[in-house]
Amino acid sequence: MPYTYHSKEDRAAMLRLLGFDSEDRLFDAIPEGLRLDQPLPIENGRSEPETLRLFKRLAVKNHGAHGLVNFLGGGIYDHVVPSVVNNLASRPEFATAYTPYQPEVSQGTLGVIFEFQTHISRLTGMPIANASMYDAASAMAESALMAAKATGRKTILMPDSVNPRYRRVVERYVSGQNLLIEAIPATASGQIDAGALSARLGDDIAGVVVQTPNYFGVLEEPWAFSDPVRESGAMLIACVCPISLAIFRPPSEYGADIVIGEGQSLGNPMSFGGPLVGFMACSQKLIRQMPGRIVSRTKDVDGHTAFVLTLQTREQHIRRAKATSNICTNQGLLATRATIYLSLLGEHGLTELARLCHDKAHRLAERIAACDGYGIRFGGPFFKEFVVECPTDAVAVVKRARELGVLAGIPLEKYYGETSRRDLLVAVTENNSDEDFELLCDALCKARDAEREPSNA
Amino acid sequence: MPDTIYAKSVKGRPGYRFASQPPPEPTGVPKEYLRKGPIGLPEVSEPEIMRHYVALSTLNHHVDKDLFPLGSCTMKYNPKVNEDVAGFAGFSGLHPEQADDDVQGALEVMHTLEGKLAAVSGMDAVTLQTVAGAQGELLGLMLAKEYFADRGEKKTRVLVPDSAHGTNPSSAVIAGFETTTFSSGADGCVDIDALKAVLDEDVAVLMLTVPNTLGLFEKHIEKITRLVHETGGLCYMDGANMNALMGHARPGDFGFDVMHFNLHKTFSTPHGGGGPGSGPVAVKSHLEPFLPAPRVIEEAGRYRLSTDYPKSVGALHSFYGNFGIYLRALVYITRLGADGIHRASATANLNANYLAKSLAKLFPIPYGERCMHEFVASGAPYRENGVKTLDIAKRLLDFGFYAPTIYFPLTVPEALMIEPTETESKETLDRFVEVLTRIAQEAKTSPETLTSAPTRTPVRRVDETAANRNPVVTEPLDV
Repeated sequence: MPYTYHSKEDRAAMLRLLGFDSEDRLFDAIPEGLRLDQPLPIENGRSEPETLRLFKRLAVKNHGAHGLVNFLGGGIYDHVVPSVVNNLASRPEFATAYTPYQPEVSQGTLGVIFEFQTHISRLTGMPIANASMYDAASAMAESALMAAKATGRKTILMPDSVNPRYRRVVERYVSGQNLLIEAIPATASGQIDAGALSARLGDDIAGVVVQTPNYFGVLEEPWAFSDPVRESGAMLIACVCPISLAIFRPPSEYGADIVIGEGQSLGNPMSFGGPLVGFMACSQKLIRQMPGRIVSRTKDVDGHTAFVLTLQTREQHIRRAKATSNICTNQGLLATRATIYLSLLGEHGLTELARLCHDKAHRLAERIAACDGYGIRFGGPFFKEFVVECPTDAVAVVKRARELGVLAGIPLEKYYGETSRRDLLVAVTENNSDEDFELLCDALCKARDAEREPSNA
Repeated sequence: MPDTIYAKSVKGRPGYRFASQPPPEPTGVPKEYLRKGPIGLPEVSEPEIMRHYVALSTLNHHVDKDLFPLGSCTMKYNPKVNEDVAGFAGFSGLHPEQADDDVQGALEVMHTLEGKLAAVSGMDAVTLQTVAGAQGELLGLMLAKEYFADRGEKKTRVLVPDSAHGTNPSSAVIAGFETTTFSSGADGCVDIDALKAVLDEDVAVLMLTVPNTLGLFEKHIEKITRLVHETGGLCYMDGANMNALMGHARPGDFGFDVMHFNLHKTFSTPHGGGGPGSGPVAVKSHLEPFLPAPRVIEEAGRYRLSTDYPKSVGALHSFYGNFGIYLRALVYITRLGADGIHRASATANLNANYLAKSLAKLFPIPYGERCMHEFVASGAPYRENGVKTLDIAKRLLDFGFYAPTIYFPLTVPEALMIEPTETESKETLDRFVEVLTRIAQEAKTSPETLTSAPTRTPVRRVDETAANRNPVVTEPLDV
């Protein structure tokens, strides 16, 4: 049987030492009536080749970015994963290690996390970063809780332009602490209505969330309201795209207190939306309120440099009911991948990548805008993602495009309702070629024509 | 300890290239949106990247190197076929916003795994959305909260025994409950009278780990769950220790209403140096309406995601949880089958009992050497030699083993919580006993060998106090 390796003699010798006549005795402590007297309703085990065959059959029932032209985004992106990342991160030294509670034999993991924290700190401009969070959504929720604790206030302002999936998670996460989540509308540029936001500030507002680029792909102007936010005593929580920060202004420059984001795009596959890896950075004064693991550099008894988990008195295994968060794991292996990815790309590689995505997205947007009946929905500047206004239902456009082998984007109706019926969120990465653009534009035209034909007939 | 990657950076060294032609700088974007200075990321060649991270990796202890007897963490072997399957482009290349028709294989994986976990636990329904045990706890408690709200009942308290994992009380607080801790009995199990003393109609949930953190099965479990149900409360099982039970007994039969699994413990997915995990939640039918949405539904061999659950608590994850991780768990279950699952738990318990019996003379086990999949020994006898459990743990590192979980649970002085798992051979267990025997000897004859250990590790004991007082969490900007 797989994954247990005792010989018959081993078992007999071990049972003998225990004075047991059978393995059933190992379960003596379970009351008779609670012991299963029949096998679980699960098939018999399979050999490795049989298992591989079974899962290959399942995998070919899926049609993803590996076979289709993909413009789906909305928080999960199909970026290149360099070979070095896969190679290094699959090393058992990284993959099969545990949380680095014994630092003497965990310097590999601790050293990588220290670099991860440094990478995130430099990208965001914030002095403090932690060892990662489950995903951007839970990181946003944790930052809302942090803001509430730090300010003693209860309301979080959550603009409509924030990823609706993140909003949903935040609402659920903070429900136990009775925080209120209040929406702030977006303007015609696809950006936060800075006037409405400033008007709502007051001594009940714990935090203001701003996502930039936002869910529509549009870059926000946090500097337009960061002063009033600070003056009101609320925390500014920025949710950022790490790749965009190579070319766009880091959140430290507009006074963010807490910065979070999704690191999936940094060398991690899409993998049907999980596992993901959130990151969190903050100002110096919030370090002791921060959830999750944090690694510090220190010395060992011989005076050699060493790394160690620090400020553990914030955490659940020490503080129990009084911990800053119940978080127990980070996303170690994905953070490792993100670390290696950022180290490998480095200053020039990440800058090139950001420019490439920006350039490609803008070239595609121009081409789509030139398609009869199609337009770009919002006027605000964007990075690698934008909303296309379709001449017909975006859902119908997506369906038609799929028939032509193209995943055209996310119809926004499911998140924003009937008024967004014709809106389609399109994401571009370095993986998309001019040929892909051709295919998408062709699909958009065909979808438009197919809709027009019946009414013309 | 090698320098960080930043110290290896050489200005002007070209990085990874994405295109043959350098892309243009953004034009037409107002200046105030743009970054003004450099990011400050390192500039290192690809071969140097390889050497740096290979060198770092070798400083780790890991399951593929040697025994990892970390109690409550179930550090079993992580099968490599799991990794291969998770790497199939047909799984890793899927975007979560794709249409159901394009992801039939993935939805089938989810639906099948939910069924298997329900079978193993004896529960009625499962969600895979929660990405860690602690998140599973949080969700389980939220489900309870919605359940009572739906019935128009207000219950405010969660009960946890003093031997509980720290996440239990912490999750309860985040979910909006007050926690009450009650003492375990002299036998290490729940003391029925202590439970009764804190149990009343305000109690929403009792959280229990079974077997508990001492590696003991709660022998009065049926009575305990009945008592809680009689006052109108629900019973939550922390499934961290499911490796002791699989195929032999089911939490659903014990009277639990809701539980979580740790797939990164029981179902062999790698710990990755601290995640990603996967913490599915299983419930009885009365809690099913509240499970997160969307959920996978099967209709005549076709799968779809449905959000039609008006009582659902919503979501704790942007999408469907850690798909790439629970996929590995399904590969594991497929390899094992019903008989292999049964054998895995029996062997886990055999190994733990064998170790307990072999070590008890040197390291007393206050709650008895009969255990399930783990046991808690004590390093207290060596206190008189000036040796603490911490020193014993550190000395183990010198012999190439990881240390057990130490100083937990709090109910055992100088606790050493040991869980060998079923994938360790008898020779490895014997070698571990040999080393601990030698360490016990050293504790008496040359205690300084222990108090100054480790000496053969990449670094020696580190100054945690200095780090706490003045944490340095990033490389300074001039490096």
